[in-house]
Amino acid sequence: MADLTIEAAGSALAAGELSATELLESVLARASLTEADLHSFLTIDHEGAIAAASASDERLQRGESRGPLEGVPLAVKDNFCTRHLETTCGSQILAGYRPPYDATAVARLRDAGAVLVGKTNCDEFAMGSSTENSAFGPTRNPWNPDRVPGGSSGGSAAAVAVGSVLGAYGSDTGGSIRQPAALCGVIGFKPTYGLVSRYGLVAFASSLDQIGPFARTVVDTVTLFEAVAGHDPLDATSYQGPVPNARPTLAEGVSGLRIGIVRELGGEGYDAEVAAATSAIVDQLADEGAKVSEVSLPSFEVALSVYYLIAPAECSANLARFDGVRYGLRVPGETVEEMMARTRAEGFGPEVTRRILLGTYALSAGYYDAFYGKAQKVRSLLIAEMATVFEQTDVLVSPTSPTTAFELGAKTQDPLAMYLSDVCTIPANLAGTPAISIPIGLDAAGLPIGFQIMAPALGEKVMFQTAAAVEALAGFDARPAMAVSP
Amino acid sequence: MPVDIDIAYVARLARLGLSAEELSFYRDQLGVILDHAAKVQEVDTDGFEATAHPLGIVNQFRPDEIRPSLDRDEVLSAAPATEGVYFVVPPALED
Repeated sequence: MADLTIEAAGSALAAGELSATELLESVLARASLTEADLHSFLTIDHEGAIAAASASDERLQRGESRGPLEGVPLAVKDNFCTRHLETTCGSQILAGYRPPYDATAVARLRDAGAVLVGKTNCDEFAMGSSTENSAFGPTRNPWNPDRVPGGSSGGSAAAVAVGSVLGAYGSDTGGSIRQPAALCGVIGFKPTYGLVSRYGLVAFASSLDQIGPFARTVVDTVTLFEAVAGHDPLDATSYQGPVPNARPTLAEGVSGLRIGIVRELGGEGYDAEVAAATSAIVDQLADEGAKVSEVSLPSFEVALSVYYLIAPAECSANLARFDGVRYGLRVPGETVEEMMARTRAEGFGPEVTRRILLGTYALSAGYYDAFYGKAQKVRSLLIAEMATVFEQTDVLVSPTSPTTAFELGAKTQDPLAMYLSDVCTIPANLAGTPAISIPIGLDAAGLPIGFQIMAPALGEKVMFQTAAAVEALAGFDARPAMAVSP
Repeated sequence: MPVDIDIAYVARLARLGLSAEELSFYRDQLGVILDHAAKVQEVDTDGFEATAHPLGIVNQFRPDEIRPSLDRDEVLSAAPATEGVYFVVPPALED
């Protein structure tokens, strides 16, 4: 049962062939088999989940289902605030913190009848590409526990890959949903900026952060997206227009669609097997009638540099709130400034410290124009370049990450090498556009390869349509050995 | 442009009480990252304004309606030190 898709589980629940409680027991059993190897959860809320499943069963019995997520066990990343349930963001500075409210996304999932199983592991404050920056220990890759699951939402990706939940959510600031999805062999989707409320998502870089889902099928991904999308007055950056309705056109195929291969997202530094799998799927799309061409976006060459000025700058401002006053850790000091400086030095891990310093520098007097201000102008140039390219193409495609999952420890001493694993995903964050990663195969070492599809802002419809075609063509149905029921 | 970082000053601005060894470690790493990031300075951005919102959305308003706040006692219960209805911190000003 832990191997069911959300769609299949929903049908079985609605037909009374399965209860939400049985389904929950099944995924909890899967988690208890795999968690010692994976560490994909920081908190499993047994009590809360059992109560939610039981309430769901009562509604199902009364014929009062709340929709496609009724009784479906899901998880959220530990940077989503959950009322009375520990929310640490993978940081010592928030160890033990229990928020007094639910994030809007969490509240909408509860209202949809979903069963919240727990909170997934992540890089501290979502800063990282391997989940090794979690203060509570790394998550491991379900396909090979010597490898990283990607990050920062590595726990959500790994949990979905093994069936400890049927779907999960993460946050994506520079690729933190798509890159771990690629490395764990599941689907990960970052919606258009503003389509999902960030109220109650602990902020990292506010002009880039977006909530999105992980699932094993495109249809399930659409279901999870629809459940949380839509305007929220509590998030002033949330989009007020209608949410794109992707469902009716999912099966329309790619015949006649204009697909652009991004020249800048390939070549040196890309695994040969990743490149080959990407070309192979593009050839198949062309065989299906898509008009494939190579396109160039020169600003993508500097997107990583732009990102590593803007994201740290915004993080240095957002994380100022962790000062030992209202919540979280406090290390005593003689003065308030000494208390704050000690608390923050002890509470934040190295990557967060590094980014706060970087961002503080990039915003400081005398350097603002040369670094942060200039980066925001290059960002406008990148947005303009993408808009021009999208006049001639419907979607852009590339690998999701230049490599498959790397070994734990391989990049922890070299921040720049770690940052490079997000080189393909960052442009969509800078432009606020939707992008999805679909698994398309395994490399010779048995590690998943992800394929990225990018669309214009609010272009979820054509993006999902292409994703469904890729899903059908790739026929990726491999599961990690640890997910195969004995 | 060579990157010259007064790391102790930056750490003070960020309220990070780091040791001399840590400061030196981060100064070196920031130098490498900023050398890479400085590539943005080579891009011609004439005619482009800084991005404020990727979709260009500005000034969203909502009705000024009174609605319940979070429960005060519950909020205070998460704080490291409180007295009555106040958060307690060490002295902010010297005598």
